[in-house]
Amino acid sequence: MRSNPTDYQLVAPAGLQAVLSLLAADPGGWLPIAGGTDVMVQYAAGKLPARKLVSIWNLPELRCIEVLPDEIRIGAGCTYTDLREHESVQREFTLLARAAAWTGGIANQNRGTLGGNIVNASPAADSLPALLVYEAELILVSVRGERRVPYRNFHTGYKQMELASDELVRTICLARRFSGHLAYTRKVGARNAQAISKVCIAALGQCTSGVIEDVRIALGSVAPVPIRLTETERLVTGRPIDSLLLTLARKAGVAEIQPIDDIRSNARYRSAVAGNLVVEFLEKLSAGENRT
Amino acid sequence: MTGERIVGVSVPRKEGRDKVTGHAQYVDDMTLPGMLYGATVRSQVPRGRIRTIAFGPGIAWNEFVVVTARDITGKNVIALIADDQPCLADGLVNHPEEPILLLAHPNRHLLPQAVQAVSIEYEQLPAVFTMEESESHSQIIWGADNTFKTYRVEKGEVDGVWEKADHIVEGEYWTGAQEQLYIENNGMIASFDPQQGITVWGSLQCPYYVHKALMALCNLAADKVRVVQMETGGAFGGKEEYPSMIAAHTALLAIKSGRPVKIIYDRMEDMVATTKRHPSRTRHRTAVNKDGRILGGEIEFTVDGGAYATLSSVVLSRATIHAGGAYYWPNVRIKARAIATNTPPHGAFRGFGAPQSLFALERHMDRIAEVVGLSSIEIRKRNFLKPGQMTTTEQTVREPIDMEQILDRALKLSDYEAKKQRFAKENETSTSKKGMGIAAFLHGAGFTGSGERNLGSVVGVEGCADGRVRVLVSSTEFGQGTKTVLCQIAAEALGLPYENVEIAQADTNEVPNSGPTVASRTVMVVGKLVQSAALGIKQTLVASGLMGDSYSPEEFRAACRSQMATRGSFRSWVRYEAPADVFWDDDKYRGEAYAAFAWAVYVAEVTVDLTSYTASIDDFVAVQEVGKVLHPVLARGQIAGGIAQGIGYTLYEKVIWQNGRMQNGQMTNYIMPTSADLPPIRVFFEEMGNIHGAFGAKGIGELPMDGPAPAILNAAEDAVKVRFNSIPLLPEDIFEALVGDREPHAAGGVR
Amino acid sequence: MTGSLSSGSPAPCDLSFTVNGELKTVRVYPMERLLDVLRHQLELTGAKEGCGEGECGSCSVLLNGALVNSCLVPVLQAEGADIVTIEGLAAGAQLDRLQEAFLTCGGAQCGICTPGMILAAHHLLRRKPDPTMDEIREGLSGNLCRCTGYIQIFEAVAEAARRGANS
Repeated sequence: MRSNPTDYQLVAPAGLQAVLSLLAADPGGWLPIAGGTDVMVQYAAGKLPARKLVSIWNLPELRCIEVLPDEIRIGAGCTYTDLREHESVQREFTLLARAAAWTGGIANQNRGTLGGNIVNASPAADSLPALLVYEAELILVSVRGERRVPYRNFHTGYKQMELASDELVRTICLARRFSGHLAYTRKVGARNAQAISKVCIAALGQCTSGVIEDVRIALGSVAPVPIRLTETERLVTGRPIDSLLLTLARKAGVAEIQPIDDIRSNARYRSAVAGNLVVEFLEKLSAGENRT
Repeated sequence: MTGERIVGVSVPRKEGRDKVTGHAQYVDDMTLPGMLYGATVRSQVPRGRIRTIAFGPGIAWNEFVVVTARDITGKNVIALIADDQPCLADGLVNHPEEPILLLAHPNRHLLPQAVQAVSIEYEQLPAVFTMEESESHSQIIWGADNTFKTYRVEKGEVDGVWEKADHIVEGEYWTGAQEQLYIENNGMIASFDPQQGITVWGSLQCPYYVHKALMALCNLAADKVRVVQMETGGAFGGKEEYPSMIAAHTALLAIKSGRPVKIIYDRMEDMVATTKRHPSRTRHRTAVNKDGRILGGEIEFTVDGGAYATLSSVVLSRATIHAGGAYYWPNVRIKARAIATNTPPHGAFRGFGAPQSLFALERHMDRIAEVVGLSSIEIRKRNFLKPGQMTTTEQTVREPIDMEQILDRALKLSDYEAKKQRFAKENETSTSKKGMGIAAFLHGAGFTGSGERNLGSVVGVEGCADGRVRVLVSSTEFGQGTKTVLCQIAAEALGLPYENVEIAQADTNEVPNSGPTVASRTVMVVGKLVQSAALGIKQTLVASGLMGDSYSPEEFRAACRSQMATRGSFRSWVRYEAPADVFWDDDKYRGEAYAAFAWAVYVAEVTVDLTSYTASIDDFVAVQEVGKVLHPVLARGQIAGGIAQGIGYTLYEKVIWQNGRMQNGQMTNYIMPTSADLPPIRVFFEEMGNIHGAFGAKGIGELPMDGPAPAILNAAEDAVKVRFNSIPLLPEDIFEALVGDREPHAAGGVR
Repeated sequence: MTGSLSSGSPAPCDLSFTVNGELKTVRVYPMERLLDVLRHQLELTGAKEGCGEGECGSCSVLLNGALVNSCLVPVLQAEGADIVTIEGLAAGAQLDRLQEAFLTCGGAQCGICTPGMILAAHHLLRRKPDPTMDEIREGLSGNLCRCTGYIQIFEAVAEAARRGANS
């Protein structure tokens, strides 16, 4: 343990409003900590720059899931276990439920939160490709009120996001219109559990008589932020799935990503696997199988 | 007398209850009054001269205890074999993370910042990081030529075989470093008293290794050093020699401060600073006739020992002797070498050189099969050692081992033939390719050659007034079942209930030196001494007329009480004596290398997924002949655990080096298999007995480490028809081999 | 107790929570790790530090019934919680069925992963009293064992499940 606990302040205001007041009074001065599965690792390694932390763990306003007719609203403080155990998430948002199931082990799923995954902003974050293809919208909140933004505009660069220094992510909104889509997601990591992904794909598609009607493909760990393959989607929409399309789609997908060499893997491998995953998705779409 | 046999039964683990209730005491669970916490300041350069050491601002240095090489009263060395490794660097540093000075403070939270605040300036010297650089002699970093040790084995006339050969098969094989990754990090507590001397408590395998090292370091007599083993959370060789270093550090701080001192490493420090398995390179050149019989060959084997000699000569020895494996070599030349690089010294890890040389051999056998046009099975059957034949060191195989039968059994259990045929067909159209691979091998138990004679292990068994019996050994428990099996042996020998036998804590004040807990020797060698010592207790009581030759536990208790009343403490001591007909020539490296070999065939069923290029194992069959299974649950647990480590070694565990320093020193980035990654591991035993082992047992702790890597790579090659000669084999490597336009990268441990 | 909201220097505070059924009050800095508070202040050394990163699971405890890695929990967040450690499983001399099964089946070798592993298994069996082998694998996938290769651990969990069903 390479940090000295006596150098740190941690406060746990009772309720969201109290937290927001604190953040407003000292913008950027307090680091929110929910389940701690990222922050506490940095802290133990002696690599946490913040010295003042505010706990947002288990705040009732953040840890709830609301099912409305057109959308579900997931509180940012919901843990991966909360997501896995929620019937509507399991049934209608399988990409997200699946991502929650392969994030860490059970102990980390009981503490890690969806909001934390978003704000920690790792390019390898497990749940973010799913949010991209579900076209999630985030409700951000501060003492000044709330605002709703499309998730795709939220991450602007590596570890950079459209979040004011006194704002929190409060809710993740998912429109309930994807149950009819074929869902496909796969994580390629160093082992079957507890692995940071080397490449991760989440995809939805609708296909009639072999022709693609609607397709959304997102990849993680191959760019500074998780990305939608918008060019590839454009290329394949309206076309029949045949071997020529698969070849073109692979090439287009690989052209849209910027994988790097790092301690876990390398760019050549990531590119090749990303291309394979895009092809595998389209093959599943063509065969009409759900793969989650 | 108990009617039921104890040996051969899965009796309860002696210390099991404490382990499942959380009451077992590991070193970090213990505190002593007034205890300080210690930390180590380590070199940040791979090689250089220390120019200045500055203690930076912002730290209350007057509250800290500081120890440097100057504080060492004895010799600044960690005594082991060559005695070339300093306890604290004094002037020169030879590897990243080399210890330079020590700090201690009552508040453990202040140490990390204090360590950071010590700034050291170096005059850097050119460093050597790879075997090739070391061999080139462009920089001499150790001795005259960077060479810790060489061995040469010559059998027959190898120079004459080449012209007779129908085929000459060459191959080069690489293995990377591997971290032992015991879940309990290294730790030690030391306390010093001017009258009593130094006491250390710690996580360790070999109390008397630590004892010897502290005597030399602190210039203390044997009775002024006491070493106590605490419950140890995994070791695998990683706590064979390294604990001497951390014990030395805590001892120096305890002596200087006059207070007890505890040092516990965190995971990153343990990974980057302590020993790992030696990386290796093997070059085979083999002369084979058209029937697939080996006529002879040359084997060149090299290990990277890191910056200091430590145990490299012994690792090299075992690797050399195992390099020819379970086959008959009429002619062979083995040239083996351990060389230096500027990396933290590599050290003991389960298998100890044999996994490296056997990996190369078993891959090479499949290569030979391919060249000759025979199957992997047939090539092995035609070359297996048979009773009466001699190994590469000219040790005659005296037991009725039938490797063909073990191989056939393994093939049947794994459904090898049917699967191989089915996979060949299915692979044509599938995006996942499947293959089957085998490895056949042996593992020598006990110390090599004259090693056991030189150790002269001593064991004691004590009778107590209440009829209990205590086993006195320095052999340690760290999960493999030492306490349980040695008590079983004593109980069986005396015909007493298992519950009546206990084993003393491994405390050098209490127990004799039964040798280190290494080399798969504990059950076989030490167990046999325990058996003898236990019988000695019985003989004494019978000879004194205190009980008959056949007795109940109550009669035994009464006899002990009488014996104690007249004679005081009642102990039977036995010292190891080498068998008269066992000869070993240290100069020619020839003769009876080991008192016993265990024999095995492993079969792996592997899938290579061509979307992700990952290899996974769907089934793993392990058949081994082990003399006698003394405790079925423990024995199976040893094999399964060793295979799991072997699977990690092969497919998951890669040390990423940069300028001699491990870059991925966290569990997040150094990947060992989780429960979700391992296949069913199916374990089967055969028992031929062993005259040199307790109740016929052979050592089995390290055997399972030898088979997985070659079996898995043989299967992976069978699956995708690409040659893989290097481990670890990661998906990135499989990808490059299948699709890339470059050669697969050499094993990660090399650079 | 929420701690001072002013930005003065950190100060320790008194926190209470239940551990193994007993109410405990400790004076701690809020960012001390729950693992360290259990081990040092409360002398419950069953939970171990294997990695400090939430990877090995040897620090696992139950926090309000949920399995968590105590090395990643700031003690302030455990205020008012109901914590169960390995020391709380056995009822005096009577071992929990998982503890018995680990002993019979060889689920513990060196023992360092065992407290966390047993709690993870306990957590699993509470939710899935009759788990399949895949469910056992998944339930324990956050607990690393270097000794056993997991085989006899899985068998111990399955055996405990059987004993639970029969009791």
